[in-house]
Amino acid sequence: MNALDYRFPGAVKPAPVTAPAPDPGPGPEAPAAGAMDGPPPARSVAEVLAQTQVEDVLGELDRDLVGLVPVKARIRDIAALLVIDKLRTQHGLTSQSPSLHMCFTGNPGTGKTTVAMRMAQILHRLGYVRTGQLVAVTRDDLVGQYIGHTAPKTKEVLKKAMGGVLFIDEAYYLYRPENERDYGQEAIEILLQVMENQRDDLVVILAGYKDRMDTFFQSNPGMSSRIAHHLDFPDYSGGELMQIAQRMLDAQNYRFGDHAAEAFRRYLGLRMAQPHFANARSVRNALDRARLRQASRLFADRNRQLTADDLLTIEAGEILASSLFRTN
Amino acid sequence: MMTNPTGRITQGQFSFLPDLSDKQITAQIRYGLDKGYAWSIEYTDDPHPRNTYWEMFGMPMFDLHDPAGILGELNDCRKTFPDRYIRMNAFDSTRGVESVAMSFIVNRPLTEPGFGVVRQEAEARHLRYTVHPYATDRPEGERR
Repeated sequence: MNALDYRFPGAVKPAPVTAPAPDPGPGPEAPAAGAMDGPPPARSVAEVLAQTQVEDVLGELDRDLVGLVPVKARIRDIAALLVIDKLRTQHGLTSQSPSLHMCFTGNPGTGKTTVAMRMAQILHRLGYVRTGQLVAVTRDDLVGQYIGHTAPKTKEVLKKAMGGVLFIDEAYYLYRPENERDYGQEAIEILLQVMENQRDDLVVILAGYKDRMDTFFQSNPGMSSRIAHHLDFPDYSGGELMQIAQRMLDAQNYRFGDHAAEAFRRYLGLRMAQPHFANARSVRNALDRARLRQASRLFADRNRQLTADDLLTIEAGEILASSLFRTN
Repeated sequence: MMTNPTGRITQGQFSFLPDLSDKQITAQIRYGLDKGYAWSIEYTDDPHPRNTYWEMFGMPMFDLHDPAGILGELNDCRKTFPDRYIRMNAFDSTRGVESVAMSFIVNRPLTEPGFGVVRQEAEARHLRYTVHPYATDRPEGERR
């Protein structure tokens, strides 16, 4: 390489290349710079929390999500570790950047995707990912159709997710043991490589049903050991599902009429015993159907002057019309 | 007359400076992304200043919004073409602008032979001058 020892006449030395990008505040390698620009380096947990506003996200998580006690506790633990790590780096105590890859297991409708989105926000506020973006993908987005198609496809997705969180839904589909020539293995290998080498650039969250994820990890021990946090999402109880239903109705400007809440509680009791119960998702579907029936009840009565109250209220009849009650 | 006193061609931004490190390139990429530009990578083995359109390495990266992915693409290009000129372009798609807003060289061949002046005798004792990159004396693919 030609070293540039040529100098312009008059120029003393080449001007240093300064990044025009806005200064992201005191970086870990320049703790002293805080006095000149940006907020001063935080010295206490409260200061880090205040600067990063991570408390807001944790509070939102508590408020917006019903139940999920073990998950919330684990997320608080992770956030605490990240905050303490931040303080440690400011004291010059280097700690390896923590492995933040996670695995969310749980039955359908237990809030895995919602929590993943919050996780992206928390990690972003704490500065462990550069953008708060969440790229959600499934097997189709990673695995190709023919030989040589998988690697570019996977790399394309990884490039897009860089600096944020990559959320792989139903991750167990990546590995298909029944077909030994399946291209999923190739995607897993590329994923593993990036998870190991570019920890600063990307956080991977895998999600799926508990039993299938367990078999997935058994056949891919390398994947299991690279994931530091395994979070299990418990099923919701009947009371929690009722709370979820109330919140969904509030958000859509509906409310239960007299006895409708009671009818819905009975409906949930029956529905939970049925196969393919999908927790919050089943609640949403049931409410959607009730809205449909409410609409056709109001529609049938052509000449009635409808008040806002009529339009808001879901009556017990709309819930009791469900086929669940008929068969019993 | 020396046509290439530094032994380095000077085109685009930062070309009078020493080579940018990956960290500096990342900072430039982030600056462009913050401005809303889309990055792309081009390479060539013909450094003639009028060679405006170089070969593209992959598609323009309209969909990437983080420097890590773009730098990864650049490193792929360096691996594929270690002894070509490689430059990063930032395209500003703002309506009415729609052109390259930043461009700088990020990879050079080990030796840069530079340019020669070609004099052409024209009618009535006129002389026409042009520059000719020595690199193009060799056939395509064997140039450095």
